[in-house]
Amino acid sequence: MLKLGVPSKGRLMEDTFGWFADRGITLSRSGSDREYAGRVEGADLVLVLLSAGEIPRELAAGRIDLGVTGSDLVREKLAGWRSDVREIAPMGFGHADLVLAVPACWRDCETLDDFAAITRQFRSDHGFRLRIATKYHRLVRAFLSEAEVADYQLVDSQGATEGTVANLTAEAIADITSSGATLRANHLKVLPDALIHSSQATLFASLRADDAEVASFARRLNLPG
Amino acid sequence: MVGKAAKLQAGQRLLAAFRDAGAVEVAPDILLDAGTLLDLYGEDIRARAYVTTDPVRGEVVLRPDFTVPVVQMQMRDGAEPARYCYLGEVFRKQDHGDTRPDHPRDNEYLQAGFEIFARDPEADAEIFALFHRLLLPYGLSAAMGDMDILLDAIRALPVSDARRGALLHHVWRPIRFSRLLARYSRPAAPRNLSQTDAPWTGLRTGPQMEARIALLETQPDETPLPAIWADRLTRLFAVDAPAPEAVTALRGLADEIPQIAEAVDRLATRLDQIASRGVDPATIRFAASHGRETMEYYDGMTFTFAADHPDWPPVASGGRYDALTAQLGQGRAIPAVGGIIRPGLIAELEATC
Repeated sequence: MLKLGVPSKGRLMEDTFGWFADRGITLSRSGSDREYAGRVEGADLVLVLLSAGEIPRELAAGRIDLGVTGSDLVREKLAGWRSDVREIAPMGFGHADLVLAVPACWRDCETLDDFAAITRQFRSDHGFRLRIATKYHRLVRAFLSEAEVADYQLVDSQGATEGTVANLTAEAIADITSSGATLRANHLKVLPDALIHSSQATLFASLRADDAEVASFARRLNLPG
Repeated sequence: MVGKAAKLQAGQRLLAAFRDAGAVEVAPDILLDAGTLLDLYGEDIRARAYVTTDPVRGEVVLRPDFTVPVVQMQMRDGAEPARYCYLGEVFRKQDHGDTRPDHPRDNEYLQAGFEIFARDPEADAEIFALFHRLLLPYGLSAAMGDMDILLDAIRALPVSDARRGALLHHVWRPIRFSRLLARYSRPAAPRNLSQTDAPWTGLRTGPQMEARIALLETQPDETPLPAIWADRLTRLFAVDAPAPEAVTALRGLADEIPQIAEAVDRLATRLDQIASRGVDPATIRFAASHGRETMEYYDGMTFTFAADHPDWPPVASGGRYDALTAQLGQGRAIPAVGGIIRPGLIAELEATC
């Protein structure tokens, strides 16, 4: 029997439950709100509730066969993700863009080319590389390497990333945003041609799962397997 | 599969040959302070090297190559001239993007290296001929480049210092370089930057931004680079032929770009010196852009020896890195040239011979 991993709380869990309900499968938490076990009606599935951030790793290891998580998390956390998982269906919610943002007061920074020039100027003015705060190290590095931006460094920020610029621990940030309100509140602006990844909640299958079982489940959802 | 013991033996033979060529063996640390490497290589090094934290020393890195610790040692307490050799592991992460290859490259492998710190006009030829002699049994293809020629050609461009500086800085990044060259070849439109009432935030200062805006405002007044120059650079970067033919092509280009004539003469002299050491220059492929694909610190000759295995890295590589010694020398500098051979690949080649 296939094992499905779903985010264990919040909006993402509710939207996931709703998405499956629209396809005739009722997922619910068993017992109390605090118990991370689930119940399934309408399909032969085992439901496990996990932190969204752990779902990529569990899929890669084959401890779950199917999992719902952000496409950004799979790309960031699994080096060579296509060798571990495949996308069954984008689910149409949980939209968030991984963007590069700089101080709104930098009126000379309108494009990624401007940003590249500013990183070089910053390094010669300050004697160290311009710092970009992020938790998406691999995605940001791959994007900037592809764009041949060189004179920067990443600094790790696991939360409140928008505050790092005002705190002088970074000069720019790369983070997930949906409305941009937090960026604006922290006097930052998005570089329009530096969309690093456009993420949404996605149903993934582990490449370690049984192909036939996954295909038959996809048919059950009216999806191409 | 060749075992580690066989690879180490191949390395020890190379090391002995380097000692016979007059080098003193050195043994740099495996655990290096990360600061210098991070500043030098930037974010690339975090993607490629194992960086970890020591409670006392701070960020440290497992040796990703020998050049930096050997140069640091030489600049700290080395006499000159000096010839060094070494053998040991280097460590590299292999992050391949979306899909992992069936045969990923090794995360740890041996390098046997030879470095010359000397004001000796024959040092380039000495090291190339030495590597050529040691690698002759393995039927490798030798390729050479010369960053000196490219950098002199860029210095010759009739553009402002700011534009020249940007092109020199980005010569190792081909897409960015081509875009800059294309942009400088046409009239710059005024930028019309919008005003903002956003409060100032961050470490970059207002005057620093105003300095860049002042520079941007001069751009529409600058005469565009005549199209013939982008064409000349394109033809120069495309030179790729057996070395004697390449020298002829470069001499032709030097008629149009006289500022590269001296560097082309130095290349021709180097090839003569290599020939007098018993290597036929016609067997060396000279590719003008060869150095743009190597480490950013090479600023003169670059070279590789490659096996006929498309998914292998070069079996040997090296080049001249004078600027790096100045950067790490705290006021001192010395001409330097060196290279490494991968004993692991030598052992693989021997096992299949």
